[in-house]
Amino acid sequence: MSISIRIPTPLRAYVGGAREVSIEAGKAGEVLATLAAKYPDIKKHLYTEDGMLRSFVNVYLGDEDIRYLQGVDTVIPDGGSISIVPSVAGGSAPWPDTPVDRLPSLSNDEIRRYSRHLILPEISMEGQKRLKAAKVLLVGAGGLGAPTAMYLAAAGVGTMGVIDFDVVDESNLQRQIIHGQSTVGKPKMWSATQRINDINPNVKVVGYEFPIDSSNAMEIFKDYDVIVDGTDNFPTRYLVNDACVLLGKPNVYGSIFRFEGQASVFWAQHGPCYRCLYPEPPPPGLVPSCAEGGVLGVLPGVIGVIQATETVKLITGIGDSLMGRLMLYDALEMKFRELKLRKDPNCPICGTHPTVKELIDYQEFCGVKPVSHIETKDGVPEITVQELRERIRGGLDKTNTLLLDVREPNEWDIVHLDAAQLIPKGQVPQHISEFSPYDEILVHCRSGARSADIVKFLRDDIGMKNVKNVKGGILAWAREIDPSLPQY
Amino acid sequence: MLTISLSLLIKLHAHLAAGYPYEACGILIGEIAANNIDKHVTDVVLVANAWTPDAGVTDTRRGQAETQHNRFLIAPEDIARADREAAKRNHDIIGFFHSHPDSPSVPSETDREWAWPVISFMIVRVQNGTATTTQSWVLRDDRTMFEEESLNIVDG
Repeated sequence: MSISIRIPTPLRAYVGGAREVSIEAGKAGEVLATLAAKYPDIKKHLYTEDGMLRSFVNVYLGDEDIRYLQGVDTVIPDGGSISIVPSVAGGSAPWPDTPVDRLPSLSNDEIRRYSRHLILPEISMEGQKRLKAAKVLLVGAGGLGAPTAMYLAAAGVGTMGVIDFDVVDESNLQRQIIHGQSTVGKPKMWSATQRINDINPNVKVVGYEFPIDSSNAMEIFKDYDVIVDGTDNFPTRYLVNDACVLLGKPNVYGSIFRFEGQASVFWAQHGPCYRCLYPEPPPPGLVPSCAEGGVLGVLPGVIGVIQATETVKLITGIGDSLMGRLMLYDALEMKFRELKLRKDPNCPICGTHPTVKELIDYQEFCGVKPVSHIETKDGVPEITVQELRERIRGGLDKTNTLLLDVREPNEWDIVHLDAAQLIPKGQVPQHISEFSPYDEILVHCRSGARSADIVKFLRDDIGMKNVKNVKGGILAWAREIDPSLPQY
Repeated sequence: MLTISLSLLIKLHAHLAAGYPYEACGILIGEIAANNIDKHVTDVVLVANAWTPDAGVTDTRRGQAETQHNRFLIAPEDIARADREAAKRNHDIIGFFHSHPDSPSVPSETDREWAWPVISFMIVRVQNGTATTTQSWVLRDDRTMFEEESLNIVDG
């Protein structure tokens, strides 16, 4: 009463090189168990550590896979013959799979610092070295970027790029915990770098203190392994997505609104992108910004930490990524929900027939007029006379703004703006205490040179944050706004 | 050591490049020496990538979104058929080959989990549709990792 088992090439060494082995007849499962008992070395290749038949082990009775008969209960008749047939699978790792021996080594200090990571088998030395080798780009050092940057720095990410050209404002401190009272008025870039290097001096920070747009995004992004989207507006979000798709980079996405947040991982090479989820931006003005709509201060902490977690998982290659899933968080209900995301074959950028093949004008795409972003000249923030007119029309008192004229009294007598207050340039230092109640100071003179000095003085020496120069001074006003005024 | 003729290598490279940007795969037929180390490829079988989302090939460690861009599966039917054909000429399946589109020709974790000892796992990096680096790997007996084996390309 015996049957024969045909042994595949790779396993013949374990049965003394035989192509076929005779075993007592029985059910398929019993026959294999007998084989494993007779040749113990073959066991680990046929069964998992839990004693289950490995998924790639296929058993054929003649030409039939026993899965389509009675499975392991299939009776193998006396004199019958079965074959063990492997199926072979595999594939490339989505993450650049740098061989371990080419990863940077860790110093004894680093081993001490990261010991709680190193004793996790999932991370261990290899994962920590991958973190050290990794280059992560944070788009924005605000609400989402703050916790992400701090945790990634602590986790030992080797290089962090930070894009932010904003200045720390007191109203940021309710949520942007990377900044503090001591850095109010300072560039966020500078503030974030100080904090990151205080947490972990091993992190190399690369700062980009200018807005990203279609002309520079590809050039900046191409050097990074992971892009973390911490933006607060749609044009930049679409820009980040499209640049990531075109470069084949993963985009760790997060967004927040009032009490709710979203997070996902978009990676067009392996799953959906942001445009598969939202092909078109919402009409401008429909979704208010944090400044307009408000946001719970701890909310970006939750979402930013999810982004940091996903970034660490991508780099170390562990766990289930949020790729193909949209995580929704509601702080008031304290609930997480999850939506399945699918790659859209009609996606304009990552679909089968993409129409977007290079970066576009995202302000126009999102229907946003170019925001009156602060222009700067020699590091002095400026506003135009047109913007000044709008501000005066809107009421300077509503925004608690002081319009300061720093010319001499005789010049004031020639021509002046009614909304302005005169303090000649030389007397400004004695009047500093009067400025503190104002949220914003706009400074003008005749053509803009003296006022630029005062703006610099108030910002750099006094530490006032929201001070801007009126570009072109009262001459520009007379030329472009009110030609009835004299020009001198 | 794995010995293969240049013409067979070109044949399998062409098959893998044609599959780009998806992973493509196939079977190495030939003879294996008594030392279980030296192998000689006498034929290659080009097969279709049978991977589908429900093929049951999941990468337990990485858990990434999986498509034919980064997964391949050689169906047992194809392997059984190739094995029967090879046996007629007294040859054996001595290995498998597959491509890594735009990725290094080093085994992934999934490759390791699904691999068998002794036989060769040849991996070819296909960069932008062109076969570039070719490396061949053998699973360690204890299944813990792959070791690279030398590749001997001969005229013919």
